[in-house]
Amino acid sequence: MINSVGRDIPDEYLKNGVEPFQGIYYRDGYTYPKAAPKVSAYVKPTGDKMIASIRGAIIASGLKDGMTISFHHHLRDGDYVVNMVMKEIHQLGIKDLTVCASSLGKAHSYLVPCIEDGTVTGISTSGIRDEIGEVVSEGKLKNPAVIRSHGGRARAIEDGTVKIDVAFIGASTSDAFGNASGKGGQSDTGVLAYADGDAKYANKVVVITDTIVDVPNFPASIKGVDVDYVVKVDSIGDPTKIATGALRLTTDTRELDMAKEVAKCMYYSGYFKDGFSFQTGAGGPSLATTTFLKQYMEQDHITCGWAMGGVTEPIVNLFNEGYIKTVLDDQSFDLAAVASANEGRHFEISASQYANPFNKGAFVNQLNFVILGALEIDTDFNVNVVQGSNGVLRGAPGGHPDTAAGADVSIIVAPLIRSRMPTVRDQVTSVTTPGESIDVVVTDYGVAVNPKRQDLLKAFRQTNIALKSIEELRDLAYQYTGKPAPVEFDDQVVALVEYRDGTIIDTIRKPKSLN
Amino acid sequence: MKITTQAVAGTVESSDAQVMISPSQSDLKIDLDSSVYDQYGQHIIALVKETLKDLDVEGGEVKIIDKGALDCTIKARLQTAVYRAIGKKSDLPWEVL
Repeated sequence: MINSVGRDIPDEYLKNGVEPFQGIYYRDGYTYPKAAPKVSAYVKPTGDKMIASIRGAIIASGLKDGMTISFHHHLRDGDYVVNMVMKEIHQLGIKDLTVCASSLGKAHSYLVPCIEDGTVTGISTSGIRDEIGEVVSEGKLKNPAVIRSHGGRARAIEDGTVKIDVAFIGASTSDAFGNASGKGGQSDTGVLAYADGDAKYANKVVVITDTIVDVPNFPASIKGVDVDYVVKVDSIGDPTKIATGALRLTTDTRELDMAKEVAKCMYYSGYFKDGFSFQTGAGGPSLATTTFLKQYMEQDHITCGWAMGGVTEPIVNLFNEGYIKTVLDDQSFDLAAVASANEGRHFEISASQYANPFNKGAFVNQLNFVILGALEIDTDFNVNVVQGSNGVLRGAPGGHPDTAAGADVSIIVAPLIRSRMPTVRDQVTSVTTPGESIDVVVTDYGVAVNPKRQDLLKAFRQTNIALKSIEELRDLAYQYTGKPAPVEFDDQVVALVEYRDGTIIDTIRKPKSLN
Repeated sequence: MKITTQAVAGTVESSDAQVMISPSQSDLKIDLDSSVYDQYGQHIIALVKETLKDLDVEGGEVKIIDKGALDCTIKARLQTAVYRAIGKKSDLPWEVL
């Protein structure tokens, strides 16, 4: 069936109530019973929840063939937890597992042999890149991977689409009863926002930490009342890779020019008022936007009410200098963010509070601005951030579709051409975020406004913002690069891109080049 | 025009291409390794053939490592490599380049 962004979703994936994407607010007002875990009650006081090894915890949890396990990615590229757990599961010979991870990357390469021999046959993730992206693109995972945004994953757990049997939660610190946090250990992550739903909705919850602290480990992101077992290991991760030391602000003139243009679009949008809210990504031009934003705030004597997101040092600096009153943190991207998290008005929020479309109003719905990147943008403003132009999986939706749908003004910033690949093009390789939720595209060759935002077009026409139509940007890109030949794909579907509301926005097939 | 020595032009930086030309007894041989092969490989090979034809290069081995260079870059790197390979360092025919 052709969905509302023109993508053909094979009928075999539209069963058991799964529907094709039908617009960003199609499920507004949707009513459903929340899922609930099967809890084993600890009535009798039996002492602490410590188990001597990960293997012991896997056995105690009752993990069996065909079950679903979950992980979070706050340890990022420094994560040891996924590989440690998967090695034990592999050795125990448990098969046919589905891994529901908040994201996967370089640090999780032990999943590759697990995929190849059928230990893991299903994956739900945001990030799908590097070796795991390749092995899934090659079609080696038995079932198509399901790509979910951060809000979409929180929704899938809460509405019961995903039923987690055992959650493995790496935590910087924990007490012996499972009150766990991202602070105070040797491998701090700042927050444990993505694990919140796992702890509350999984049947069995295992906390894995390298730092046991006294009871009660408060404030606790993961509550002991939700935790079955606690395992102490030597190290949960490499702190130097958990958070990059300092994300350098770009000195690239092209990126700075784009950042300046983004800030200008924000300033003239009509939403730049005292108490405004925004989220920005960690990419070069998005991050640099904060510099120019600060100048506009000084000029107009206003401050930002709250900033949200993947929190980075430039955001923490603006917060410490008083330009931002409150920071809402679902992921600490660098050491400055880790240090600042859960201090003062820098609050941790759960993935559901951040972006879940099926609760009673996530923070994304209150955003004035979001600044996002893109691998590809088509002339309908649809964005791809998951699949490389050569067809291989190499990205992550993260909060992209969530924030774009929620914010008053969603701004994409990307260079028009990257190593000959035109960013603005006739068709994106696959749709991650529907064009309906994208308002402005800022490139190094001009700014395009979605025609449905006549208010922004009208406002920007009074300024020196270099306005162009999206078609003009595409033509300009093709003028330099030539029109790209279409990449050829096999019939085999290797991944489904689920929109945040659970509908299917696109399918990803195996590129012929990988045969 | 005959390729007499081996020559190189360009780099393997993003958006550049490195061209290596070597003498060969046989016909022209083009070996393209491109980061955008699927989308632009055939186009680049055609461009290389045309550029070599314009320079009257008949034989030789041409190896290109392309990191997403635009046509103008590929052409310039190729022309430079050819002139280096025939030892021509002055009096370049600018009007035909």
